[in-house]
Amino acid sequence: MFQLFHKINVDWLGKRRFFIGISIALMLAGMVSAVYRHRAHPGGTEAFNLGVDFKGGTVVTVRFRQPPPVENLRAAINQAGVRDAVIQPILDKQGGFLIRVPHQGAEVKEGETQAGVDAARTRVRQALNTFGPEAQTDKTLEADANAAYKIEGTDAVGEVASKQLRTQAVAVTIAALIGMLLFIAFRFEWTYGAAAVIAVFHTVLVTLGLFSIFQIEINLTVIAALLTLVGFDVNDSIVIFDRIRENRKLYRRMNLYDVTNLSINQTLSRTVITSGLVFLSVIALVLLGGETLRPFSLALLMGIIFGTYDTIAVAGPIMVWWERRVEAANKKATVSAGESGTAAGRNPAPGGRARSGVGKPSRAA
Amino acid sequence: MKKRNLLQRSIIIGIVTLVGLYIVIGPHGRRPHFRDLTWSGIKQNLGQNIHLGLDLKGGAHLVMRVKIEDYLKRLTEDAATAAQNAAKDAGFEIKDTKAETSGGNHRVILQVADPTKNKDIREAVEKKVNIGDRDGWSFSSSGNTLAWTLSGSTERTLAESATEQALKIIESRINAFGVAEPTLQRHGAQNSHEILLQMPGIQDAEHVKQQLGTPSRLELVHVVSPPSPSSVQTYNTSEAAIASLNSGGNVPANRRVLPYTERASLTGQETNPGAKPPPKWVVIELPAIIDGAELRTAAAAQSRAGGDEYEIDFSLKKTGADKFGAWTGANVNEYMGVVLNDEVKSIAFIKSQIFDQGQITGKFTKQDADDLVLTLRSGALPAGIQYEEERTVGPSLGADSIRSGVRASLLGLILVVAFMLLYYRGAGVNAVVALLLNMILMLAGLIMFNATLTLPGIAGIILTIGMAVDSNVLIFERIREEMRSGKTIPSSIEQGFGHAFVTIIDTHVTTIVSSLFLYAFGAGPIRGFAVTLVIGLLVNLFSAVYVSRTIFMWLLSRKGRRVESLSI
Repeated sequence: MFQLFHKINVDWLGKRRFFIGISIALMLAGMVSAVYRHRAHPGGTEAFNLGVDFKGGTVVTVRFRQPPPVENLRAAINQAGVRDAVIQPILDKQGGFLIRVPHQGAEVKEGETQAGVDAARTRVRQALNTFGPEAQTDKTLEADANAAYKIEGTDAVGEVASKQLRTQAVAVTIAALIGMLLFIAFRFEWTYGAAAVIAVFHTVLVTLGLFSIFQIEINLTVIAALLTLVGFDVNDSIVIFDRIRENRKLYRRMNLYDVTNLSINQTLSRTVITSGLVFLSVIALVLLGGETLRPFSLALLMGIIFGTYDTIAVAGPIMVWWERRVEAANKKATVSAGESGTAAGRNPAPGGRARSGVGKPSRAA
Repeated sequence: MKKRNLLQRSIIIGIVTLVGLYIVIGPHGRRPHFRDLTWSGIKQNLGQNIHLGLDLKGGAHLVMRVKIEDYLKRLTEDAATAAQNAAKDAGFEIKDTKAETSGGNHRVILQVADPTKNKDIREAVEKKVNIGDRDGWSFSSSGNTLAWTLSGSTERTLAESATEQALKIIESRINAFGVAEPTLQRHGAQNSHEILLQMPGIQDAEHVKQQLGTPSRLELVHVVSPPSPSSVQTYNTSEAAIASLNSGGNVPANRRVLPYTERASLTGQETNPGAKPPPKWVVIELPAIIDGAELRTAAAAQSRAGGDEYEIDFSLKKTGADKFGAWTGANVNEYMGVVLNDEVKSIAFIKSQIFDQGQITGKFTKQDADDLVLTLRSGALPAGIQYEEERTVGPSLGADSIRSGVRASLLGLILVVAFMLLYYRGAGVNAVVALLLNMILMLAGLIMFNATLTLPGIAGIILTIGMAVDSNVLIFERIREEMRSGKTIPSSIEQGFGHAFVTIIDTHVTTIVSSLFLYAFGAGPIRGFAVTLVIGLLVNLFSAVYVSRTIFMWLLSRKGRRVESLSI
C-alpha cells in the first residue's frame, strides 16, 4: 500500500504557544480592521463589505436590442467600477435585464436613497455605453434606430435580509453551537465540547476578519459557507477527540498531554487526506467557479484551512489545559477532603462535579 | 450464515438504490414509459423532479403596492365610529358622523346638537380615541361641527409602518409554504409603498398571489336581533335590512349591514350549485367585540358533522379572551356572528360565558381551510395588495456563473475520485460507489421533501460530500492501521469498521443536532442549508458504512477463508 504518513511523532502540544500566538494575531488583525474601518471612516468604508442582500441598493431595468452574454455585461459593469452587481435576465421580455447594484460606500441614510439611485444609474449607464448609445429619453428603443439599449427604470430596493433576520441568523448559529456543545459534552466531557466550540468560534472570527481586511463581499451565500465551515471544523475536532477517548482506555498510564499528541499523530494521515481532498475541490471552485461565486468559495477555502489548523492548534491545547485544571482541582479537593473532612465548602467550582472520564482520579465523596 | 447475511444486505442495497434512482430520474404523477429511459427523457424528468431555486433557475418577479389609501380610509372610518361612540357614552348628542377621506385629507367630522359643549365633547372623545394632538391629528371646530384632521407627517409615518407590517406578514405567509427561499424586499422610493417579491416556480407565485389577494379580516360581532329562543333576525334584501334601522335609508356609523350566506363556502364553489341557499342580510353592531388581532392560534379541523367539510378552530390571546369573556358573560342568549372579510360566516347564540375558544364553521374544503388558517395566523394585511409589475426572470447567479460553478464542481469531484482510486486502489472503488450512491439518495431525499435547491443547499451538499469522503478515509486508514499491527485481514476489516463507526456516528450526530437547530429556528438560506445537510448525512450513514462494509464482505466471501492480501 501507498502511504503518505507512517510513524510520525510530532510534539504538537509543545508548539501550543506558537499556535495560539498565531491565532490571536489573526483574530486581532481582523478585529482591528473591522473596528478601524467602522470607527475611523465614518461614512466611508464599513467594517464589512455587505452585498445588496444586506444593505439594499438600486435595481436598473434595461433592455437591449441585441442582448449581450451575461459575462460581457458583468465585465462591462465591473470595468465601470461597480462591484458585486447581480444580473438577472428577464425571460418574458426580449433582451431585458435586471441589474441590482449595492449601495456604494456606507449604509445609505433615509432620504438619501434618491441620490444613491441616481449615482447607480449614472454608473450603470456609463458601463452600458460600451455596447452602444442609449435611446433618447423621449424615444422607445424601437423608435431610435441608433440606440443599442434603453434604461427603462431605476428603483431603490431594500435589503433582502432585514436587520431582524441578521440578528436571528446570529442567534440561530449560537443556538446550534450550544446544541453541539451539549452533544459533545454528553458523548465526551464538558471540556471537550467547550474546546471544540471555541475552536469553531476562532475559525469563524478569523474568516470574518479576513473578509473585513480584504473587503470581500458578504452576501447570503457567504452565510451558508460559514455554516459549512462550522460543520467541517467540528467534524475534525471530533475525530481527534474520539481517538483520545479510545487511547485513554488503551494507555491508562500515559498522561493526557502525550495521549493527545499520540492521537493527533495517529489521525494525521486521515486529517491530511480528508482536508486535502476538500481543499482540492474548493480550490477548483475558487479558481474556476467564476466571480459571483468567489465570496462563497473563498469563505469555504478559508474555512477548510483554518478549520484543519485549529483542530490541532486550538482545540487540542485548550482541551488539555482545561482538563488538567479540572484534574488538579479534583486532586486538591480529594486531598483536602482527606485531611480535614470539611472540604465541601472549599471545592473550587470546576471540581465540584462528578467526573465520568476513565483513568482520572475521582472526586472524594 | 455469513452468506445469507451478505445476500440480505445486497437485496436491501439493491432495492434502496433502485427506489432512489426512480425518485430522481423517474416520472412523477404518471406511468413510466420507454421514453423515460432515453437520455432526453432522463434529462426532462430530472429537470421536473428537482426544483431549482431563484439563484439557479429564476422564477417570478412581482412588484406589489400596498394600497395605503384604503388603509388610511379604514383607519379614519374606524376612528369616526369610535369617536361617535365615545361621545355618546359620555352623554352628548351627536347628530351626524362622517369620515371624510377625499382630496388627500383624512378627517373625522362630528355634527353635534349643542355647540356650547364642543370643548367637553372633544375632551371626552380624545380620552378614549387616539386622535388627539399627541397622536398627530389636528382639531378644529366651527359652529356645531367638530373636525379632527390627520397631519401629513403622521400620515407618512402610518403609511410607512403599514408597509413594513405588510412586508412582515407577507414574509411569514410565504415562508409557511416551505423552503422555496423567496426574496422579499422594499422597492421604489420611501413613499411608493412597494414590495418586491421574487420566488422560484411560477405556479407557486400564482398561489401566493391568490393568497395575498384574499384579505383575512376576522371579527366577532354582535348581531342585532331579538335574543334566543326566537330565531336570529335576517332580511332577504339589504334594503330591508337598512329599512329596519329606521334612520332614513342611511346606515348609522355604529351599525353595518352584511351578507350572510348560511354555511357558505369561502370560494363559492359548491359541490351542488342548485342547492345553494339565497344570501340573507343581517345587521351587526360596531365596533366588533374582538378582531383577528386577538387571535392566538387557528387550526383547520375536520368538521364534527364528518364528511369532507372542514372548520377552523381558534383560540384567543389573553387580552382578547378577557374582552370576549366579559361580553359573552353579559350577553347570554344574544346572537353573535363570525365575520370574515365583510361576510358573516356563521351565527350562533351565546349559551354561556365563553373565554378563549371558538370555531368558524362553513363548507370549507381542506385547501380553503388550510389557506385561511395560514392567513389568520400570520395576521391580516393592513390593506389590500395591488400588483404593479409581473415578470419572469432568469437565475440571479447568472448563467455564466452557474456554468463555471458546475464545471469547477465536476473537476473537484473528478479529482477526489481519482485520488481515492490511486491511493486506496481496490478499496477506492468502494469509496467511489458509496459516494455516487450517496449523491443519488441525497437528491432523492431532496425531491421527497419537496425542497428547493439553491446555492446554500449546494453548500450543504459540499459539506456532505466532504464528510462522506471523510467517512471512507477514516475507515480505510483504520483498517490499514489494524493490518500494520499484525491482525488478519478479516479481523482488520472488522476492527477498522468497528472503531471508525464510533467516530462517524459522533461526527454525524453532532452535525445533525446542530442542523436541527438551524432548521427549527432559521429562515431562508439557513433552512435550505440545514435540510440538505441532514438528508445528506442520514444517507451517508447508509452509503459509507453499510454499503462499503457489504462490498468488503463480498470481497472476503469471494476470496475464501484465507485472505492474504487486500487492495487498500
